[in-house]
Amino acid sequence: MKLQKRGQAGTMQSSDLMVVVEPADELVIEIESTVKKQFEHLIRAKLESVLAKHGATAGRISVSDRGALDYAIEARLEAALQRAGGLS
Amino acid sequence: MVLNSLGRQIPEIFAGKKQIPYSDPWSLQPNAERSTRAIRRINHNGSKLLGSLREAIIATGLKDGMTISTHHSLRNGDHLLNDLVKEIDALGLRDIKIASSSIHIVHAELIPYIRKGTITGLECGVNGLIGELISKGELDCPIIVRSHGGRARALITGEVPVDVAFLAAPCCDEYGNFNGYYGPSACGSLGYAMVDAQHAHKVVAVTDNLVPYPAIPVGIPQTVVDFVVQVPTLGDPKKIVSSTTRVTTDPIGLQIAKYAANVIECSGLMKNGFSFQTGTGGISLSVAEHVRNMMRKDKIKGSFGCGGITGYFVEMLEEGLFEALFDVQCFDLKAVESIGRNRGHQEITAGTYANPFNCGAVVNRLDCVIISATEIDVDFNVNVNTESNGYLLHNTGGHCDVAAGAKLSIVVAPSIRGRLPIVRDAVTTITTPGETVGVIVTERGIAVNDKFPDLKAELIKRRVPVKDIRELRDEIYAITGVPKPLQFEDKIVGLVEYRDGSIIDVIRQVAA
Repeated sequence: MKLQKRGQAGTMQSSDLMVVVEPADELVIEIESTVKKQFEHLIRAKLESVLAKHGATAGRISVSDRGALDYAIEARLEAALQRAGGLS
Repeated sequence: MVLNSLGRQIPEIFAGKKQIPYSDPWSLQPNAERSTRAIRRINHNGSKLLGSLREAIIATGLKDGMTISTHHSLRNGDHLLNDLVKEIDALGLRDIKIASSSIHIVHAELIPYIRKGTITGLECGVNGLIGELISKGELDCPIIVRSHGGRARALITGEVPVDVAFLAAPCCDEYGNFNGYYGPSACGSLGYAMVDAQHAHKVVAVTDNLVPYPAIPVGIPQTVVDFVVQVPTLGDPKKIVSSTTRVTTDPIGLQIAKYAANVIECSGLMKNGFSFQTGTGGISLSVAEHVRNMMRKDKIKGSFGCGGITGYFVEMLEEGLFEALFDVQCFDLKAVESIGRNRGHQEITAGTYANPFNCGAVVNRLDCVIISATEIDVDFNVNVNTESNGYLLHNTGGHCDVAAGAKLSIVVAPSIRGRLPIVRDAVTTITTPGETVGVIVTERGIAVNDKFPDLKAELIKRRVPVKDIRELRDEIYAITGVPKPLQFEDKIVGLVEYRDGSIIDVIRQVAA
């Protein structure tokens, strides 16, 4: 899977997150979160598993999280990937 | 360091004073006389008016190292404390301690004066940025968090000697009588200020509404007031009372309120003579609405409503559902209007409200209270002081006082806030000991303290979702994931005092 363009999904509301994905030469994940201290490891793990599921090996993935649960992270990332032309 | 009974490490000495580790809510006995102050004699019958705050500071003889106080009934609209500290600083005074009844977000203006050493200690809890910076180690100022009842106790026993109290006086005469009922800065009850008026060594009434003698009704009398100062404004009236306290519309909040109402129904307390307190949160008010409907339906005549009073309680008083309201603080305009009008709406001091060291505070007569929680642990201990990031952001208020006093304390909280599990293995800070907490109500289920087996059985019988608190925790963790524990430095930046003066927990500097 290769990202064609920039894709964005989500909101900055509490319990949601904003995901921006962009084409890049290698895979870079950037996480900002209101619960970074407690949950960065789980947010990262979830993002990595969704990226792996769709075979994404390159791209810049930027997340601004407001305390979203795993299912919201998965849905927002998949929507952003789709908008970036990265899902078939 | 010593361990208290809840397993928290407590320093033997903090800010130069020996500390007592918490052991239980009931057994610590006072070992003090009522604090004293010099008796004054004023012969003149003229005015006690001084020209400015600065003149008043000089007249009271405030010196380096002394302690001042203000009351927080003007809440986030208060300008007095900020103006006062500016004047104190301009006079070159240093090493002043603040023992106000609370400090709000608006008082972040004090930060530069803490940095330069004008203010060097806080004998009171804080809301907002000051607490955050102290938690981060960016502001060096020892802080002792006290409950409303605990603060009253500390002033009355003299543990916290207030040298000069500067009391915002919304309706005041030139000889020092004042009340909070009228004027542009009307805040209603002056319950907190009454303690300072009786125990501070010098008392200054500061007003933006000087009325001809006498200011009636007399809340705080001329006999305890040394000086009166007129200022252009005490604060921003729009922020003194919040007119937006209303019932939640959030479905999770409504579900929690319904369960809480079920708990009250099953408790057997809902009968003639019922007494009740809630906070001002949307869920609490929704519970109050359920209570009102239950009382109407079963024609129950309540005894009293208590606490921070809102328009909801005023309506219940006027409808005849309660005989009286005990009011230490008015939370909205309707409450302010009512206290000057309704004879059954009784102003009480913070000591009468919640001080554990007297012949019985009003909280002891409460049947049921609704309280909130930032975090709850599996032993029912509750945190309302620190957020889950470790920063001290909230004052205790009456939380641990009402929990200890009431027959049944009900904690209402959503199970998750922005991914943070609210029921967890351990709370960041213990504000209120689990021994005084009856029931935890979340939208996912209800946990009942083992001290209430009959209530638990009744709830189960009525098919209300009762869960073991560990089961509730596991269910929540399964959704949020298990949070990584916060990292703290060894440095203790503050103490959380229990209402009896023992130390229930410490605030540590959060690791960068």
